[in-house]
Amino acid sequence: MPTPSAELFSRLKTGDLRAASRLMSRAESHDPATIATLGEIYKSAGRAHIVGLTGVPGSGKSTLVSRLVSEIRKSGRKVGVIAIDPSSPFSGGSILGDRIRMTNLVLDEGVYIRSMATRGSTGGLAKSALTAVDILDTAGFDVIIIETVGVGQDEVEIARASHTTMVVSAPGLGDDVQAIKAGILEIADIHVVSKCDRPDSNRTITDLKTMLAMGINISIKDQSNKPVWQVPVVGTSSETGEGIDKLITTMDKHREAHLTSELGEERLKRIAEYRTFKTAEDLLRNRFFDSTSERISALVEKISKRELDPFTASDELLGNIAF
Amino acid sequence: MSSPIRVLLAKVGLDGHDRGVKVVARTLRDAGMDVIYTGLHRTPLEVVNAAIQEDVDVLGISLLSGAHMTICPKIMDLLKEKDAEDTIVVVGGVVPDEDVAFLKEIGVKELLLQDTPPAKIVETLTRLVEERGPR
Repeated sequence: MPTPSAELFSRLKTGDLRAASRLMSRAESHDPATIATLGEIYKSAGRAHIVGLTGVPGSGKSTLVSRLVSEIRKSGRKVGVIAIDPSSPFSGGSILGDRIRMTNLVLDEGVYIRSMATRGSTGGLAKSALTAVDILDTAGFDVIIIETVGVGQDEVEIARASHTTMVVSAPGLGDDVQAIKAGILEIADIHVVSKCDRPDSNRTITDLKTMLAMGINISIKDQSNKPVWQVPVVGTSSETGEGIDKLITTMDKHREAHLTSELGEERLKRIAEYRTFKTAEDLLRNRFFDSTSERISALVEKISKRELDPFTASDELLGNIAF
Repeated sequence: MSSPIRVLLAKVGLDGHDRGVKVVARTLRDAGMDVIYTGLHRTPLEVVNAAIQEDVDVLGISLLSGAHMTICPKIMDLLKEKDAEDTIVVVGGVVPDEDVAFLKEIGVKELLLQDTPPAKIVETLTRLVEERGPR
């Protein structure tokens, strides 16, 4: 017999990681019997520092996470990692390989790593990623790092989900810095340039600093117009360890700046708003598919032959959702 | 709504042959499963910890080194010790016929050895998860 979710919740509060694992699986499978418990977990969480880490594929995110976690552990803080990789758009399956870069952390009891697949989610996050964060938060983890899928230009949801967003850029993609500056580079609270052991990394750092100086996102100001946070560029090397401690100091400072200002409160509200909309959207989508799946094939047939238009058909389908 | 079957594929010990396990990973992905791959040269404890954190339905151990009689009992003991016996353990690779009975006795649910067609792997894992039921 499966253990009731409420019982897993009691175990979770004592730091039981088996319970954490199982609750995450139930959250991912949208188990209706677990929703109430997940609501309780949400209310009991809110203590951990949620750090988002994003960047293009191959920019060194997973390796950086591995280094970062080892370094944070030296201060005794417990660290959770949610590592997200894409699901296949065809089979729905996935290969989750972020753990391969984090093998040095597996035997540390103060570290928990969970891989998640996007399962049709398009913003760079997995649908249940934030629920998994709540679960780890409740289990007593101090810092929770969400590593997004390797992103393109537009997957900026992480900024609406984390307290501190770090965007990783690798050297050698100089032209891409230009190309993507209107998208993902805007969401950074901290810019990280990885692979700084490489000679061309200075140029990437300069490019980013120049871009920031041009005023795209120069600083966050409080009500009296005093800058609370100026977006820094930190160079790191996961190879040599250079810059990792500085990155942690910067990350902690960002947390501090937000905890002590109204901006932090604003950000928490934005996260709550995003989360509520996302959850409602998922519920709506699921109900839509549940209540229309039988009729859709007949409609699709007509639409593909241009006997019916998608606007009229959608209107009709939406009118039929059971609430 | 049901979730994809979660599988951890592990290479344990001094065994650098990973072409096979990568083909299996790809096959399972194409069958709609979530596959977590650990990479090479893991220890039994690393694999069991990962299986628990990832809450996988199936732990697949790929062995071509001949060390199965040492490694498999260690993994089964650790799963027991850490209260994770509901993990379905499947072994793939090269194992002599005379060792199969022993491995099944210690709790390995199925052995998918050389010449197993990909479809059989998918079918076996799906069946084993179904037989276990919800957890």
